[in-house]
Amino acid sequence: MAMKAFICGSGRLLYFLGRAFLAKGYTVTLVTEDSGEAAELARRLNATVVHGDGSDPGMIEEAGASDTDVVVAALPHDHDNLAICQIASLRFGVPHALALVNDPDNEEVFSKLGVSAVSATRIMIDVIERRAAHGEISKMLPLGEGKLSLAEVDIDSDAPVAGERVADVALPSTALLVCVLRGQEAIIPHGDTVLEVGDRVVVITSPERHGETLRVLTGGDR
Amino acid sequence: MVASSWYVIVVGCGRLGAYVANQLSLQGHDVVVVDINKEAFGHLSHGFSGFLVEGDATELSVLKQAKIEQANLVIASTRRDNVNLMVAQVAKTILGVPRVIARVFNPEREETYQKLGVETVCSTIVAGNSFLFLI
Repeated sequence: MAMKAFICGSGRLLYFLGRAFLAKGYTVTLVTEDSGEAAELARRLNATVVHGDGSDPGMIEEAGASDTDVVVAALPHDHDNLAICQIASLRFGVPHALALVNDPDNEEVFSKLGVSAVSATRIMIDVIERRAAHGEISKMLPLGEGKLSLAEVDIDSDAPVAGERVADVALPSTALLVCVLRGQEAIIPHGDTVLEVGDRVVVITSPERHGETLRVLTGGDR
Repeated sequence: MVASSWYVIVVGCGRLGAYVANQLSLQGHDVVVVDINKEAFGHLSHGFSGFLVEGDATELSVLKQAKIEQANLVIASTRRDNVNLMVAQVAKTILGVPRVIARVFNPEREETYQKLGVETVCSTIVAGNSFLFLI
């Protein structure tokens, strides 16, 4: 049976979220507080569209969303997103409720209040900072609400650490080289593992030492 | 009534928030009123001797500006249920304010928030009961 998604939002974001969930095969209900928008969405997408307040328990029940698998709250006000997620999980027992928060600080606030939250602003800033600063990074993953990040870094021929033993690589104290990917192999490095050109290393760092860590590994000074 | 003086933050300075803030101020408590719209402070009476903070109370920095870490009591009395309930939870769960009371309009929401440990006053039910009492 298809998974059910219940998405509260507005504007083009709601349209694109709806379209994306439909493309993944979900049965989708979209909720908007704007009646004109509701009519437009109903015309453009093969989704159930409800005009109302997603944080009103009566409305949620009426919309038949109490047995939904996923609730996404993506309204312009974070207090509405918090209420939608809490009512969905506490009152209706929805297993996955996720808020798209506007204020990046609210990622932490929501998590302390037991609600999963993602900030598009924070993700965008992370990605842009990493990309702009270091072309060599292929993948970057924030961990623990951004307290640490996990990055894959390519060791090119001009990298100063190529040919060095891991023990001799002067990484900052808050950086840890956790894996060396070499061809088909994934090597857990020891002090005497020698880094080679073409290796891809996986490194965990704190954000404030991230730049320094990358400079040590790639020699880049951009 | 309380004998000692409290530090109270009232969020939302509409007629209800202003009334509560005025009364608490007249009783000698230290009161800070927070509202996103500074015209709302016009609802306060001349006898009000507390402080005013203009800003969105769902932002942590605004609550900190109101010195929330010193507060004994936070009253969330804006016109929006979801604002009141977010402010109340942030004050209680994250910032550890000993007592927090939120105004809520929709009685159906009250139950969920009581589960979260937020004390609520449902103005709809209170007014409704007052009517019924008079009949």
